[in-house]
Amino acid sequence: MPILEGRGVTRYFGGLAAVFEVDFEVEQGEVFGLIGPNGAGKTTLFNLISAALAPKSGSIKFRGKEITGLKPYQICRMGVARTFQTVKVFSNMPVFDNVLLGAFFGRRDSMTGAKARKETTALLEFVDLANAIAVPAKDLTLANQKRLEVARALATGPELLLLDEMMEGLNPTEVSRAMALVKSIQERGITVIMIEHVMRAIMNVCGRIMVLHHGAKIAEGTPREISASKKVIEVYFGERTDA
Amino acid sequence: MGIGKKTSKNAFVFGLVLLILILLAAAPLYASLYTVILLTSILMYVTIAVSWTLFSGPTGYISLASAAFFGAGIYTSAIVGRTFPLPLVIVLGALVSFCLAILVGSLTLRLKGIYFVMFTFGLVELLLHFILWWEVNITGTTGRVVPAVANTTVFYTMLMILVLLMLTAFFIRHSRFGLALQSVGENEEAASHSGVHVTALKIIIYGVSALFMGAAGASMAARWTYIDPTIAFNPLISFMPVLMAIFGGIRPLYGPLIGAAIFTYLEQFLITRFPYYYMLIFGIIMVVAILYMPDGLIGLAQRVWQKSSRRKHADT
Repeated sequence: MPILEGRGVTRYFGGLAAVFEVDFEVEQGEVFGLIGPNGAGKTTLFNLISAALAPKSGSIKFRGKEITGLKPYQICRMGVARTFQTVKVFSNMPVFDNVLLGAFFGRRDSMTGAKARKETTALLEFVDLANAIAVPAKDLTLANQKRLEVARALATGPELLLLDEMMEGLNPTEVSRAMALVKSIQERGITVIMIEHVMRAIMNVCGRIMVLHHGAKIAEGTPREISASKKVIEVYFGERTDA
Repeated sequence: MGIGKKTSKNAFVFGLVLLILILLAAAPLYASLYTVILLTSILMYVTIAVSWTLFSGPTGYISLASAAFFGAGIYTSAIVGRTFPLPLVIVLGALVSFCLAILVGSLTLRLKGIYFVMFTFGLVELLLHFILWWEVNITGTTGRVVPAVANTTVFYTMLMILVLLMLTAFFIRHSRFGLALQSVGENEEAASHSGVHVTALKIIIYGVSALFMGAAGASMAARWTYIDPTIAFNPLISFMPVLMAIFGGIRPLYGPLIGAAIFTYLEQFLITRFPYYYMLIFGIIMVVAILYMPDGLIGLAQRVWQKSSRRKHADT
């Protein structure tokens, strides 16, 4: 049974189909890439999975259980965590408290204060922010704010993690560190779906990739298959014309 | 992270609060009746300001419904004050306000920014006119008499309510719910995706904040003896806690407390010394406070403290 399964997932914005009849299956333990040009509907699909938006039709199942119609906090407690394309850290709160919140509220079974603090400390070490625990989140660099969001999401004890453009706006060194982080998250047994524009990251980290274009799925496969796909190349670079 | 420094600072604040409490509790023994009455009204405003900050401080939802919750307490007392003993009347007043806030909260806490502000203020007028209409058309009364209670009794009840409020506020602030409230104020979307049931949290804390305003209203009712809806639902009560909290500083728990205390004293002082100009002077103080003390008195004090300690370090 796939960990996440979507059937005919559809959402309109006005008359425009942001996501249209998309089917997908994400297997336990894989890193699943979601790519496509701007406006393809990638973030909308994330919003539908995490219940920030409700689909117009279609079904989304997590571990075989229908999750459409639930509230974001319920989805989170079930084991699906996410980060945001434009970082949404709690700017004026210390780094530690940002993560502690996830540990306190995002879990199915509530934790004692001591256990939540221990978990928070461990996760901040995991994302390499252990030396910044008292710093207000707004004072971190963009790369570190993104890592903080990852730690906050991990604190909720997810089985599935949705990463929305974690590499966007990072320099090459930071991208490499972020790639290593995604791999070590996978090693923890957490399934990852990532939206990404940085091709180096996508090709190296993902086991399978799905390509969206104008809200519809146009391709799916391994990085090698996707990079060879004529359809995908057309979408990204335009149609080849023989001059 | 400076946890040690934080705890010792908290311990200091706690000790100071305890000392002030003992001095206050003994006040009727050594102070004049006028002082006790003045202290009662300071306690009342402090209670309203701290209750207001309990919800609006961390979440940033500016509620102007304080007069409605305070008034609901007063009016409950006006209706059942003759039938029940004082403690029960206060509990009832608190419960009526709590229920009102839960109801209003579930309707309006989806609104954001100015819409929420306007709705909460509208609630005060709505309640005032509804009760006025009800009294004139249904019960045929226009005013109610509340049994008089000794000034010291009112003073002690207000003191008790304030102590309970401060304990509740302290507990909430230092619990996971305080953390959640703050996160809601910072970014509601991220909070809900981190597992916080944002709507329920907001409604309950809004209710708790109203509970104490209602209790304050019910115990202060005796002071007016004669009560009609225009007395109970005074719109000024909606604005005072906001101004007091800003004046004192919203962030620390004792900010609105100090703000409300100084504010009330200042008002009494100015009204007796400059009866004609007091509003003018008051207005000027408010404008200066907002312009030059964005974090209130507490923020100003912290800045001065930091500057002086930095100078000390520079000297050595």
